[in-house]
Amino acid sequence: MRKSLLALAAGLLLAGSVSAASAADKLKVGFIYLGPIGDLGWTYQHDQARLALEKELGDKIETTYLENVPEGPDAERAIEQLVRAGNKLIFTTSFGYMDPTLKVAKKYPNVHFEHATGYKREKNMSTYSSRWYQGRYIQGLIAAKMSKSGVLGYIGSFPIPEVVSGINATMIAAQSINPNIKVKIIWANTWFDPGKEADAAKALIDQGADVIMQHTDSPAAMQIASERGKLAFGQDSEMIKFGPKTQLTSILDTWAPYYIARVKAELDGTWKSEDTWGGLDSHMFAMAPYTNMPDDVKKIAEDAQAAITAGKLHPFKCPVIGQDGKEIECKGGANLDDGQILGMNFYVKGIDDKLPGK
Amino acid sequence: MQLVLEKRAERSNTIALVSPLIAIGLTIVTMTILFAILGKNPVLALHAYFIAPLTDGYSLQEIAVKATPLVMIAIGLSLCYLANAWNIGAEGQFLIGAVAGSWIAVKTQGTDAGAWVLPAMLVLAAAAGALYALIPAICKVKFGASEILTSLMLVYVADLLMDYLVRGPWRDPKGFNFPTTAEFDPVATVPLLIEGGRLHFGSIIALLVVAAAAILLGRTIKGFEIRVVGAAPRAARFGGFNANQLIILTFAVSGALAGLAGIIEVAGPVGHLQPGISPGYGFTAIIVAFLGRLNPIGILIAGLFLALTFIGGEQAQIAMKIPLDVTKVFQGILLFYVLACDSLILYRFKLVFPNRQVIRGAG
Repeated sequence: MRKSLLALAAGLLLAGSVSAASAADKLKVGFIYLGPIGDLGWTYQHDQARLALEKELGDKIETTYLENVPEGPDAERAIEQLVRAGNKLIFTTSFGYMDPTLKVAKKYPNVHFEHATGYKREKNMSTYSSRWYQGRYIQGLIAAKMSKSGVLGYIGSFPIPEVVSGINATMIAAQSINPNIKVKIIWANTWFDPGKEADAAKALIDQGADVIMQHTDSPAAMQIASERGKLAFGQDSEMIKFGPKTQLTSILDTWAPYYIARVKAELDGTWKSEDTWGGLDSHMFAMAPYTNMPDDVKKIAEDAQAAITAGKLHPFKCPVIGQDGKEIECKGGANLDDGQILGMNFYVKGIDDKLPGK
Repeated sequence: MQLVLEKRAERSNTIALVSPLIAIGLTIVTMTILFAILGKNPVLALHAYFIAPLTDGYSLQEIAVKATPLVMIAIGLSLCYLANAWNIGAEGQFLIGAVAGSWIAVKTQGTDAGAWVLPAMLVLAAAAGALYALIPAICKVKFGASEILTSLMLVYVADLLMDYLVRGPWRDPKGFNFPTTAEFDPVATVPLLIEGGRLHFGSIIALLVVAAAAILLGRTIKGFEIRVVGAAPRAARFGGFNANQLIILTFAVSGALAGLAGIIEVAGPVGHLQPGISPGYGFTAIIVAFLGRLNPIGILIAGLFLALTFIGGEQAQIAMKIPLDVTKVFQGILLFYVLACDSLILYRFKLVFPNRQVIRGAG
């Protein structure tokens, strides 16, 4: 008995030292995920980028992730666990990890952090996000062209600036095609809840919407639209298999180029704290193929995509008229500046809804 | 031949002591098989779960931090359950406490209010939690409404109230409309026990609560009353104990403790009010209460043990790349075995040979 215990202890020690030796050569990169990885959606797209990272730099790095980490008191511990396990570059992939990431970053100045979609930074903490409103603008053009009823249905998650700016960009684009277009908004108050999202889609269709857009994660709305013979846009991931005759396009989160660039910088010793807000031009997101639409609509979408990518078209070109009919102050010269978009707390003219808390 | 469960004449104290050990043993055997099937080294995996978190100060602190709200809520719930009052809404009382305490923190923000802020927050949170718990208790006593349903439904009310406040009136003005209050001022924050660590003063409060509950149940008439009303309601009536009064009392105490746990969590590890401050503490605490057999010391151990499985699960995920699902399976199997083994306290296995008497008769 005693012998076997000793052997066990020796085995443990050996195993520990072996893994420590092989890991020492490689840069350890950690990830904190909000949801389970699953087959599609927000966390899935981050994990796809992690896998791309391993494929590209697998001989130089080792990646680790913690999934399903709630954005509450557990987040700080989860991030610190990754630090203590030797990770030198850590991606925290949801807004709610902002303060926990900041706390851990202050505690471990020699570890670098990358926080998605937040606004607090440190010497060793970068932020990164995408200009999804550009994609929403393209969707607005398509939606207005494809809608027969002139009513769009929009499933919102939470009334935060990212979502509000998406609704506004959609509306501005749609009005440029059809000035009388209407958008009905339902706040699901969730990022992922197939039941609620399906109910929202049904309610919107019952109110006359024939194109469904969503800022939530599941393919439920796509499936409902498909059942009812309506059209819809996907979100985060390719959702065409849930509505082969329904999906017009989808905004795809493509984090891989950014992750690879940041890890390379870390390997070269050139990593610096930065604020990255990338758009179509820097491939922070992509549009899924334009499907289920006639060629002229497809051309409008492709032209808009090319113009936005080239910097010739800005969705929030001044003048932007607010819901009350007054012009919004134009701080960015020809268009609203980034601060106004990042903190967007107003609806544009023509949206028949009230922002919660206003 | 037949294997049947037979009720013991009296509860077996030996089994009561040994059953958690049997449960852990069975869990280890089951998990060893599971890890082997997954192609992971079972010894290393179990080491990551059970041993590694106990070997460094950091993990021990984290276990205490995680266990603090669980233990505080579970102690309150155990008083309810002992008195046969079924408070399922500790989650809501936790949130209401967090909201009430945060009210002071938000209103005094940036005013150099002084050292009274945190104590006031704690008192108000406990009072709010108690009042919130009294709603189902009074509905039960006055109208006979099921406290299980009413206390559970009030969880959602509390959740939505908090949601409204952090998205609307209490939103951080500099926070780009994100649903969170500003970080609390230092005077509104629970002090840390170890500089640079995460262990906070709330853990001391939790220990005091455990000690107080142990004294209450073990040494006082009130504690005796609670246990008698729960175990033998008829005898309690003959003894002149007022069951309704006890429902009110135990609900109030458990609501106060849940509310206190809520503000300690918000003003401690989180530092501000935001949606999702509770990863289901109020519900997990129900498991902790029963795992600890509704005994204060047992609850302390159960809370620490459950926290250990969380911390160990994360470390196993990092060190061994074991998926989170396996951690959840692990927790589920453990609870299953603990409850299954507990049934052996009151029951025992017996082999029944139906033919035996016939054979004897023939002989």
